[in-house]
Amino acid sequence: MQEIMNRMKARAIALLADGTVSRVMGWEKGEGEYDWSPALFENAEEMEAFVYGDYAGANLSKYCLKLGKLEGKTLVILKPCDTLSFKQLIHEHRLEREKFYIIGAGCTGMKDEKGALLKCNACKSKEFAIYDEIIDSEESRKPTGVMDRMAGVADLEQMTAQERYDFWQGELSRCIRCNACRNVCPACTCIKCVFDNPASGVQSKAPVTSFEENMFHIIRAYHVAGRCTDCGECSRVCPQNIPLHLLNRKLIKDMNELYGEYQAGEGDEERTPLTSYTKEDAEPGIVHERGRA
Amino acid sequence: MTKETLVPVLGIVTDVRVDTPDVKTFRVNAVDGGKCFEHMPGQCAMLSIPGVGEAMFSITSSPTNKEFMEFSIKKCGCLTNWLHQMDVGQMITVRGPYGNAFPVEEDLKGQDLLFIAGGIGLAPLRSVINYVRANRENYGKVRIVYGSRTKEDLVDYPEIVNEWCQEAGIEVFLTIDQAQEGWDGHVGFVPAYVTELGFDPHGRVLVCGPPIMIKFTTQALLEMGFDKTQIYTTMELRMKCGVGKCGRCNIGDQYVCKDGPVFRFDQLGELPAEY
Amino acid sequence: MRKFAADQLTKIISSISTPVYAPVEDGSMVVYDRYEDGMTLRLDKVGTDKTPKDILFPQWENLMHFRMEGKTIQLTEEERAKEDYVIFGVRACDIQAIKVLDRVFLADPIDTYYAARREHGTIVGLACGEPAKSCFCKNFGVDPAKPDADVVLWPAGDCWYCEAYTDKGRALMESWPTEAADEAAVETIKAEIAVKYDALPFAKLNLNGFDGDHLMEKFDSPKWKKLSMPCLGCGSCTFACPTCQCYDIRDYDTGNGIQRYRCWDSCMYSDFTLMAHGTNRPTQVERYRQRFMHKLVYFPSRNDGMYSCVGCGRCIEKCPMNLNIVKVIKALGEGDSND
Repeated sequence: MQEIMNRMKARAIALLADGTVSRVMGWEKGEGEYDWSPALFENAEEMEAFVYGDYAGANLSKYCLKLGKLEGKTLVILKPCDTLSFKQLIHEHRLEREKFYIIGAGCTGMKDEKGALLKCNACKSKEFAIYDEIIDSEESRKPTGVMDRMAGVADLEQMTAQERYDFWQGELSRCIRCNACRNVCPACTCIKCVFDNPASGVQSKAPVTSFEENMFHIIRAYHVAGRCTDCGECSRVCPQNIPLHLLNRKLIKDMNELYGEYQAGEGDEERTPLTSYTKEDAEPGIVHERGRA
Repeated sequence: MTKETLVPVLGIVTDVRVDTPDVKTFRVNAVDGGKCFEHMPGQCAMLSIPGVGEAMFSITSSPTNKEFMEFSIKKCGCLTNWLHQMDVGQMITVRGPYGNAFPVEEDLKGQDLLFIAGGIGLAPLRSVINYVRANRENYGKVRIVYGSRTKEDLVDYPEIVNEWCQEAGIEVFLTIDQAQEGWDGHVGFVPAYVTELGFDPHGRVLVCGPPIMIKFTTQALLEMGFDKTQIYTTMELRMKCGVGKCGRCNIGDQYVCKDGPVFRFDQLGELPAEY
Repeated sequence: MRKFAADQLTKIISSISTPVYAPVEDGSMVVYDRYEDGMTLRLDKVGTDKTPKDILFPQWENLMHFRMEGKTIQLTEEERAKEDYVIFGVRACDIQAIKVLDRVFLADPIDTYYAARREHGTIVGLACGEPAKSCFCKNFGVDPAKPDADVVLWPAGDCWYCEAYTDKGRALMESWPTEAADEAAVETIKAEIAVKYDALPFAKLNLNGFDGDHLMEKFDSPKWKKLSMPCLGCGSCTFACPTCQCYDIRDYDTGNGIQRYRCWDSCMYSDFTLMAHGTNRPTQVERYRQRFMHKLVYFPSRNDGMYSCVGCGRCIEKCPMNLNIVKVIKALGEGDSND
């Protein structure tokens, strides 16, 4: 990874120098070994602090929404899974492709102080969905995921409805409505979130009623359904350790089963299973049938 | 002050006066008559309609008015829209008084006073003006420069014309932004009018209005030779508690609700311009 | 000084006749919750996921209720807390945080909702054994070896040393099966703690210049822009912080009247200072600056130099992007901080 980082750094400095890009979105070290933060670098001198490696877990795609509004091009470092989020944002016309220079960054699985990130345990792919150039290595092309991505969902499906309800009630009751999941989510791109809008009638800052526990996360999961790339950031950032990715994965699993395998952000087809219609689509009655099973 | 920090008393709207197309003045009494509480000029109160919202408003009436309190309120948001639909007899909740006051019994005493207001900015100053009128012997010359967009937007126009203008020792200068039929007074923005009138840099100045008007008026005053220590203004930021605890209305280390809303310009100059 | 055997601990807690709030496991988290037999007590956990703030200043609480009929309003105040309770096992940093909360809520005019809960609580402090790497409490005058509480416990493997420092504390300890203990043993423990904490990576931060006298200099620093850049504008740091106490007051239509409640708010949120005509902190740069200026400059300026950071390290643990107050202190404390 050190070697990838060095190549990346040299390349970024060169692209800054020849004017191809105006800034670089990457990572810098923190106070300790593990606490890297996303950072913006504007010249070779600042690039001294640039790092890439095992603790570059954050998905930088969401930052691109703001960076895309700046003058000039931004170089952004995207890991394979991050490129899905980025490309999905292109599909949704949230980003302009020509505002970015993408370095696809080889990844051997990201970590934090506690070890491998949850999202990396079920790594989806080492393919880059979008890039200008790739900087990787033999090592980084090898698969890293060790878990079945849908294993957790399958466990939930084995439960009775009541058990499942109790499970989610228990998990979601810990929610403190800090909005970290929403704010980090590359699929949450509403300019004014309905939960921030006083005119919506549902704006609420505290879980005053079970409405919050039941609805906030479920509404959010449904709103990103078909667009969520399963980047796993929601669970990574939750300070209350709520396994939010399970909600998204359940919806992905259902969509895959009902409409065929689909990975948001992959391919060039902008119409998602939920926004296109075919005669073979499942009928609404499927809900009843599956619910009974 | 109302007995509890966050618990209001109930008030009843006993009169609604339409001042301008978007400003109404509400007279508020305690449910059993009289005033909800006493205050000093420049202080504010939290008014609320439960279920709609609660917000801070300056108390427009002078404390020398022993019968009722008045609030001049411009329609600009959710709560104020609701307030504008109220009829006489509507109950509201009131808590306060909050914040400091203009130093009417200290620094302003014995001084010539120049009041400069724009639009709804007259609301907090009206309390001081009427306090000074009621204690006329304690103050020198009173001059009032007041401007608004149109003639119709002058708040308290009848009181200004029928009372203030008629009183010895008070000079009133009115202006509107653009020429208008039926208006033979001055036309132009407040800061320019202040420069045009050219005041001697003595006494004390009380300025209130939109931020941009305050900015240019202060510049004009400083150019005339006034010192920052002679100029007062009153601020407004988002507030929830009114008692310096909810944490949102600070400018630097000063809470507008508790340490303000009245600031002297030299004090304000020492704080970040985050307002 | 008194002591009791380690195996007496849960018995002692269970014997307390009032509700006891203690750090217990909740799934993968450790939070302060009402202790009941069978729960997993986690007195070993430094930097619990949630803080004792939850008990004194809960995330939401009802303030009053209104009945609206025609043009009339009826107001019923929520009752203030009137039941005694104990918060058990509070670390020195979290106790210092309560003193910060006191400065806000007990300042004139007193917040009676908070005051009632504060009055009815007895706090059993817990001296720290093993620090976390993210601890930096000593910078803020906190002594991890001697929490400022009604009763203090010192862990010593096979036994707990304990001492009551207030009438409330003495009343609580009265029924505990303790025996006299050697003062010197506790002094040794304290000395060991001091050594461990002095060796931590953030043990000696330079706080020179974080005061009201340097307010404008700190506010105007060009570094805020870069520091705040990765901030997502979520409220994790504020909600995990034991001293963050900004709140919102909101109304909720119960269908049977209007419930006015208070809930935690965050200066990191875009609507925190939003008024009908706009906001005075339009971007995350201003919001981010507000949070740290409040803790390191505004608060000490108003409160005799007392910082509203207690060095508990939770923002270090919780920020999804690894931003935290240590980074801010280091970035802004450089250079001209010695004048």
